[in-house]
Amino acid sequence: MADKRIFEIYRYDPDRDAKPYMQTFEIELEGTERMLLDALMKLKKLDDSIAYRRSCREGVCGSDAMNINGKNGLACLTNMRTLPQKITLRPLPGLPVVRDLIVDMSQFFKQYHSIKPYVVNDTPPPAKERLQSQEDREVLNGLYECILCACCSTACPSFWWNPDKFVGPAGLLAAYRFVADTRDQARDERLDNLEDPYRLFRCHTIMNCTDVCPKGLNPARAIVKLKDMIATRKG
Amino acid sequence: MALTIQKYDAVVVGAGGAGMRCALQLARAGLHVAVLSKVFPTRSHTVAAQGGIGASLGNMEEDNWHYHFYDTVKGGDWLGDQDAIEFMCREAPKVVYELEHMGMPFDRNPDGTIYQRPFGGHSAKYGEKPVPRACAAADRTGHAMLHTLYQQNVRSNTQFFVEWMALDLIRDAEGDVVGITALEMETGEVSIFHAKCVLFATGGAGRIFAASTNAYINTGDGLGMAARAGVPLEDMEFWQFHPTGVHNAGVLLTEGCRGEGAILRNKDGERFMERYAPHLKDLAPRDFVSRCMDQEIKEGRGCGPNRDYIELDLTHLGAETIMKRLPSVHEIGINFANVDVIREPIPVVPTIHYQMGGIPTNIHGQVVVPKNGNPSTVVNGFYAIGECSCVSVHGANRLGTNSLLDLLVFGRAAGDHLIATALSSKAHKPLPADAGDYSLARIAKLDSASGGEYPQDVANDLRRTMQTHAGVFRTQKSMDEGLVKVLAIAERAEHLSLKDKSKVFNTARVEALEVANLMEAAKATMTSAAARHESRGAHTVDDYGDTPEHPLGRNDRDWLRHTLWFSEGNRLEYKPVQMKPLTVDSIPPVKRTF
Ligand SMILES: Cc1cc2nc3c(=O)[nH]c(=O)nc-3n(C[C@H](O)[C@H](O)[C@H](O)COP(=O)(O)OP(=O)(O)OC[C@H]3O[C@@H](n4cnc5c(N)ncnc54)[C@H](O)[C@@H]3O)c2cc1C
Ligand code: SF4
Ligand code: SF4
Ligand code: FES
Repeated sequence: MADKRIFEIYRYDPDRDAKPYMQTFEIELEGTERMLLDALMKLKKLDDSIAYRRSCREGVCGSDAMNINGKNGLACLTNMRTLPQKITLRPLPGLPVVRDLIVDMSQFFKQYHSIKPYVVNDTPPPAKERLQSQEDREVLNGLYECILCACCSTACPSFWWNPDKFVGPAGLLAAYRFVADTRDQARDERLDNLEDPYRLFRCHTIMNCTDVCPKGLNPARAIVKLKDMIATRKG
Repeated sequence: MALTIQKYDAVVVGAGGAGMRCALQLARAGLHVAVLSKVFPTRSHTVAAQGGIGASLGNMEEDNWHYHFYDTVKGGDWLGDQDAIEFMCREAPKVVYELEHMGMPFDRNPDGTIYQRPFGGHSAKYGEKPVPRACAAADRTGHAMLHTLYQQNVRSNTQFFVEWMALDLIRDAEGDVVGITALEMETGEVSIFHAKCVLFATGGAGRIFAASTNAYINTGDGLGMAARAGVPLEDMEFWQFHPTGVHNAGVLLTEGCRGEGAILRNKDGERFMERYAPHLKDLAPRDFVSRCMDQEIKEGRGCGPNRDYIELDLTHLGAETIMKRLPSVHEIGINFANVDVIREPIPVVPTIHYQMGGIPTNIHGQVVVPKNGNPSTVVNGFYAIGECSCVSVHGANRLGTNSLLDLLVFGRAAGDHLIATALSSKAHKPLPADAGDYSLARIAKLDSASGGEYPQDVANDLRRTMQTHAGVFRTQKSMDEGLVKVLAIAERAEHLSLKDKSKVFNTARVEALEVANLMEAAKATMTSAAARHESRGAHTVDDYGDTPEHPLGRNDRDWLRHTLWFSEGNRLEYKPVQMKPLTVDSIPPVKRTF
């Protein structure tokens, strides 16, 4: 049975187009073209100028985040069965568009870098590994797996309005990952860095971030934990 | 046209595990370094590695580097250089501890040490029984490692050029490497990077095959650039098929599944590996297991309506172990096979996974080529590490977990060596006058061409041809035919054309430039394979079967040697295998049973 689909795709090439427009394509998919990324590759064969990022095609590299029928997700993990016949694709909202479905992620990474995303431990390391209990290690589950796809931050209204001041859910999830690591010694400094009306407290717990994370992570919960920590350390 | 020239002490091409481990070493030493990557660093394919990093920490059972050394030599079917293998296995614990100190979220044992799981071909007491040697972060080891290395590079202020594609090597009249050309994807501009040293860490070319566990960006660019610049490629006939790629999807299920106790079954539900490898069973090395699976399928014992796959059974492991140790495998089952591995077995087939060959180097990562009778003359200013290189620690078949290890060990070692080289040479060697012309001509040709073929059509024909003619089981006839076809496809690849002529983020142009690199990798593979008249490791040819003189078809008298393929003239040379380790006794070749 032919699987006929209609795509409406956001197009913009600053080299050619005065302004963005939506372009419609109709294609028929084979049974083996299971994922949205497969469909996009088929479209690219029709029109090689459609631009999007992709690499791993298995949801671990974070390249192909886009807005799919109004919701952010990864093309490679979006099964065509879960989509209606008509599919509208736009770039991730809130970031400058470079071309078509490709956005400029500088602001997103700048916020990630701003939380000092690395374990700080300046005591001389032992000859072997630093020991960590299984319980302490388990706390990092649900935190370290982030693929930096930006689905969450670009679904967050607070990040749209203040991308330069609000760290955003991805960066805050990472901040909590390092705060929670028993090997890290910069906890206080990390919390100081976030204790600010914007950096952390612009989050109004709208939960969009957790709703869209393609890896099933929960940035909103990490944010609540950070807020609690800041509140209790004052206490 | 005058190109922009940027000047650095060193240029690292590639920000996967190898490139970033090296870059960290360079940044910490204060060198002025540019690190280029086609994708944002954490999107490099190291991120997809699942199972673990091999190191004889002995955290769970007695282990030492001598066992690891033995397993690696034997696993590689004696084609690996024993000096490099000794170096890697001895350094292994150190680089893993370092990674832990950097913040790598390894899983833990009850005593707080790093968790290790058994993996194919890794044994205690020289093959007696499997030993847990793979240091793991669930089944996301590559992700955890790549992010940790990126994070440390952020801390050390490494300068990344993200979404810059290196196009060609620049060599001067003496053959020394003095820089590269590169395309900035966002603007479409080409620049020259002028450097005292260039290091390639561009990863593998797994996309020369149709069914592959590799990312779309794994197009062998480093191989293509080296080959076009006259540097030979070593042992390219050796490609690893991973036993457990998801049927019809290619996505990998880590060997860690079997490390945790999963079992391969045929249509009768039989654990057939017991028949083939009584000691290591499902955990025999990959080339061996892949061939056994193929054998089962050939003899009509495959599963499914078409009897064309094998089942990997995890159901007896229980939900708790699966969700704790193999959460991504569970996720992949649902997404790519519509199977819940907790409740039912998952269809798998041997799938192209890893390139054992690559740019020839010594243990410092320096690229070496034959010159004036010395098969290993250093090319000044040129280094290669990671999957794009061939040092050669993996020989004719890599053991699982030894690649992530290779990235760490040689990333670090090459970094240290490069620092000394770059610091001791005060001035940059001058660029040749025509430094950027070749790359510009390649781009101009693409931009002006019309009526040529769509690059991906040509690439897909290549992939299908490689799959058919250079698969798990090879025959001399099929390889000979394959070579003719590949050369014809490479000819077609000279006449590609793009509809998209835009300068801004032109992904069609990038893909077309990648196709040129795929062709070099494929020609090297087919030519080297058709010429090697024996069976060894991953290169198994029906015509060369088991005889008393040639156990399992391996012919040490004539073929215990490395292949070197030169692009110009599609020519081959050979060089000896280094059988002498650094300090211990050599392990002499014997028949390989498990
Ligand atoms: C699914 C999967 C699972 C695996 N699991 C394991 C495992 O458990 N244990 C193990 O030891 N090994 C494993 N491997 C193998 C191992 O992951 C790879 O061999 C290894 O990660 C390769 O690392 P690399 O740094 O050499 O290259 P990559 O990580 O592939 O990085 C290549 C880099 O080069 C850049 N690049 C390439 N071409 C250009 C260019 N022209 N210009 C600029 N930049 C360029 C890319 O952008 C990228 O940054 C696995 C492999 C796969 C595919
Ligand atoms: S919970 Fe906070 S971070 Fe998440 S979407 Fe809402 S405002 Fe943004
Ligand atoms: S938290 Fe989830 S959605 Fe956000 S960047 Fe990480 S993986 Fe993507
Ligand atoms: S292509 Fe890597 S996450 Fe989709």
